[in-house]
Amino acid sequence: MHTPWWRNRRLLPLLVQATVGLVVLVTIAYLLGNLVRNLSAAGLLLSWRWLNLPAGFDISESLLPFNAELPYWRALLAGLVNTVRVVLIALVGATLLGTAVGTAAFSSNGLLRRLSRTYVELIRNVPLLLQLLFWYFVVFLSLPDGSAAIQLPWVVLAKSGLHLGSPQLVNGVWQGSLRITLEFAALLTGLIIHSGAFIAEVVRGGVAAVPPGQWEAARSLGLHAGQTLSRIVLPQALRVIVPALNSQYISLAKNSSLAVACGYSDLYSVAETTLNQTGRSVEVVLILLGTYLAMDLVISGLMNRLNRLVQIQER
Amino acid sequence: MNRARALTNRLRRELFATPLDGLITVVLLIGLVSGLKALLHWSLTQADWAVIQANSTLLAVGRYPLNQQWRLWLLTALLSGAAGISWGLLRGAGWPRSDRLAAAVLLVLGLVLPAGLGLAAPLQQRWWWLTALLLVGRWAAGRWGCELPPRWRRLLPLTWPVLYLSGLGLIGGGLGLMTVRPSQWGGLLLTLTEASFAIVVCCPLGIALALGRCSELPLLRWCSTLYIEFIRGAPLITLLFLGQNILGFLLPGGLAPDRVWRAAWILTFFAAAYVAEAVRAGLAALPRGQWEAARSLGLNMVQTLQHVVLPQALRAALPAIVGQFITLLQDTTLLSLIGLLDLLGVARAVMANPEFLGRNAEVYLVLAILFWCCCAALGVGSRSLERHLNRQVLRSQP
Repeated sequence: MHTPWWRNRRLLPLLVQATVGLVVLVTIAYLLGNLVRNLSAAGLLLSWRWLNLPAGFDISESLLPFNAELPYWRALLAGLVNTVRVVLIALVGATLLGTAVGTAAFSSNGLLRRLSRTYVELIRNVPLLLQLLFWYFVVFLSLPDGSAAIQLPWVVLAKSGLHLGSPQLVNGVWQGSLRITLEFAALLTGLIIHSGAFIAEVVRGGVAAVPPGQWEAARSLGLHAGQTLSRIVLPQALRVIVPALNSQYISLAKNSSLAVACGYSDLYSVAETTLNQTGRSVEVVLILLGTYLAMDLVISGLMNRLNRLVQIQER
Repeated sequence: MNRARALTNRLRRELFATPLDGLITVVLLIGLVSGLKALLHWSLTQADWAVIQANSTLLAVGRYPLNQQWRLWLLTALLSGAAGISWGLLRGAGWPRSDRLAAAVLLVLGLVLPAGLGLAAPLQQRWWWLTALLLVGRWAAGRWGCELPPRWRRLLPLTWPVLYLSGLGLIGGGLGLMTVRPSQWGGLLLTLTEASFAIVVCCPLGIALALGRCSELPLLRWCSTLYIEFIRGAPLITLLFLGQNILGFLLPGGLAPDRVWRAAWILTFFAAAYVAEAVRAGLAALPRGQWEAARSLGLNMVQTLQHVVLPQALRAALPAIVGQFITLLQDTTLLSLIGLLDLLGVARAVMANPEFLGRNAEVYLVLAILFWCCCAALGVGSRSLERHLNRQVLRSQP
């Protein structure tokens, strides 16, 4: 019997793939052709030499020494270091907060349980950008200055920044301690509180996935609540939590690019300034995409190693 | 008497079971009460809500021409009518408790909110009409809907795409209506237009990508995987940045859409990758036997997908997909960072006005409440749809 060609089990997949491949290739070629034509018409053909030109703008805070005469690549590097700094601290903070809130959902105290739910529902349904703007413009920028500053043990909250340690008031200026800028503090607070809510959901889901018999068995062995949680429940919950935590960490790293909203000079904000000055849009976007992709891969790689550690070791 | 005792017992068990629990309760209560008191005190005495009243039109529609705003009112009326009729047809003549609750909330919102915001009298009346239209639609459709022939009722899902397209036409103009360029759309109007466009278009794209990623054909699998991972690896803001700065170079001169539509397409392509992952999880949850059973019944690929695989996979993926829609709605705020006047963009422009300097807290609070309500409503809707679908499945099984 002769099968028509559109029923041919061997020919059809090849045909479909060839068509799809052709369409994708032609589209890419068309777009790239346009890109090259338009860029050469604008005199902006791909080149990396501008990276060595002096940047001509300053960065408000930077761990690496930086001034306006240093080249663009130093500016972008300083931005990257700033991004990594805020992401690392926010990761730790959000994990602690999320774990606390997530486990509070299983507290014997009804008020604590409800507060934990309220926090999660409140934060998850409000855009992060709005929260960041709120922290920066409403909370941190309205801090009083000078002697009116809020003095807590180990930290003074003033308009000039957050002064850690034991700062002294000299001529109306707080001095002699580690200073955290308001921009950094606002970004950090916003990121920690936002990601904390998502991590709390992950932790809650992970703990809920542990069978209730485990709780009961631990209790009948005479372990108290804290021991039950840390020795019995959390190690088992981690097997569910760690893979989900991976994607939360990656989205935290990507969310740090909203730093531009509260005036913190992270990689994205430096890149935006660079683009506005040089007009090198393609190169700048390539740098941005590549860097964030690399950051995601690093986080994923580390989390996968952690995941192997917490999974059941089978013999 | 008994009830009072039961209540105290329950309170004691919930809040004061152990001394530590009691301490936690007292500390939390003190914190909560003082926080709420401060918030109430601030909102009643210190806050100046004039910034919202004076800019309510700006926040709602941006710089949409004043004499064309009747089109938006007409669209809102059509939408609330259609929503009421759909609601009624879905629920029938009865008014279960959840429906009564929703109707009461709508009534209170329709009556109190415009007055509370201090809108002008004609605007208030329009809100009343809209609420009335919605509720009357619900009542009438519930009452007489089941008497309609089923052939007509099946048209109901079709009205929404038609309404959507005609809504875009009403907003944008054309066909004799004055054109209002997208650069004049703003505020809540722009936010909702962009979000709804992205939601509508990203679904088919996402499903296609998910099918591609699960396909047996390597080329399809590689292309879809590459696309999904590329999009998921980049922050949305860099992609929007790419859209604004490079899209113009990728297309021949004049073909590139304007800034508003560029952002809408970028949002769509961005959301499609995430929807694809949600759908893929739904596909993965489907037992292999379903595919094999469909094949052994002699269904071809398209029939298998249409009648067997996709209905089940999409039902499993529904919560995750709606979660993506909620994220998408929130992500529209990023448009303000690339200079578009969405709700947040307009709000920031308002706060930059010297007349309203230092009124940040009021504006952010109102925006937060708006977003919270929209997102929470989406979440509640998704959960009730999920329950509805699960009931249907239970009913259809012998």
